Amino acid sequence: MRLSATDLACVRGGREVFSGLGFSLAGGEGLLVTGRNGAGKSSLLRMMAGFVRTAQGRLELAGGDPELTLPEHAHYLGHQDALKTSLSVTENLEFWTGYLGGGGLPVPAALEAVGLDAVAALPAAYLSAGQRRRLSIARLVAVERPVWLLDEPTSALDRSAQETLTELMRAHLTGGGLIVAAAHGPIGLDGARELRLGEAA
Amino acid sequence: MSALSALFIRDLKLAIRVGGGAGIGVLFFLIVVTLVPFAVGPDMALLSRIGPAILWLGALLASLLALDRMIAADHEDGSLDLILTGQSPLELVLLVKAGVHWLTTGLPLVIATPLLGLFLNLDAKASAAVALTLLVGTPALTFIGLIGAALAVTLRRGGLLLAVLVLPLTVPVLIFGVSASSAAIVGPVPFGTPLTILCALTLTSIVLGIFAGAAALRQGMD
Repeated sequence: MRLSATDLACVRGGREVFSGLGFSLAGGEGLLVTGRNGAGKSSLLRMMAGFVRTAQGRLELAGGDPELTLPEHAHYLGHQDALKTSLSVTENLEFWTGYLGGGGLPVPAALEAVGLDAVAALPAAYLSAGQRRRLSIARLVAVERPVWLLDEPTSALDRSAQETLTELMRAHLTGGGLIVAAAHGPIGLDGARELRLGEAA
Repeated sequence: MSALSALFIRDLKLAIRVGGGAGIGVLFFLIVVTLVPFAVGPDMALLSRIGPAILWLGALLASLLALDRMIAADHEDGSLDLILTGQSPLELVLLVKAGVHWLTTGLPLVIATPLLGLFLNLDAKASAAVALTLLVGTPALTFIGLIGAALAVTLRRGGLLLAVLVLPLTVPVLIFGVSASSAAIVGPVPFGTPLTILCALTLTSIVLGIFAGAAALRQGMD
């Protein structure tokens, strides 16, 4: 599996955010996207997830299911946690596994993997910011998808949750998956290549 | 469990739990219909003549209430982004969401109509006729509203704009809904004629609503 971008450009609100961007990522590789605020890290991830139009250039995923598009191969972990506060922790995760296709760990095991098994029956309204993030991360392991798009995944996470995330990412890469993560600091993606936005462009 | 049934069950749970707003529409309907006899005065003949129109207006306004949350709630918490990365076509996603909206706001209105008909001096036959036209017509209100909900999704305070966008489009549904009800009560047109047109309006708006709504959402996501 190979994710490649050629001559990619992004225009938001009439302003060119980046242009001439290219990279190629094989299965088992991670890419760390860095850059100052407003350099287009989130825009690049949202573009790969299919929420932002490519103004120019091409994004391709080779070696996946030919019936599915790149967004349908991808997990998007954004700034918002996409939780419904009136549903319980388990119900929230069950919905996303049912909707996005499942294929990963069963829901109780996924909750245990991120340390939320003790609050599984609690409405999501009572979760702290870090716990909400953990629940989003549980989605990554409960639904099997080869491309992970992570936008500042460690925000609000405590040290042990960061280590958990690092392990999950390592396991995903070992299994042949791809990770593109935007971050300001190291997030434990060792061996990942770095793409700096805003300097070359 | 398939993706769409997961979405159906989740939306149904959200609607009937605290803050979901499933009961609000029918309560609003009740208030509007209860106020009318006080405003019009104790003229029984007049009440039964304007009864179907009052019930239809009440239903129209009540079905608008939860409309702005149908898609905006998912947009605000980021769920809409993830729904777009699913493998289900957006048109079918909207069909499910609008279907749940109708089940939780339209259908209760239909069920409450025979009771509220009593407030407006409608006899059993007239109440049944109004309930039948509402059963046929309220899906059209939901699916026309879906277009507005999809257009207004990225706007803050889109609810008011939504009403202004959607209400003019519902005029044909209102006309044929009320005329079918009146035809059943006083004639002279047979009940079937306007009802058939109402069915046609509903079927057309289901198709138009999901495609126009999906197009509006794709356009607005940027």
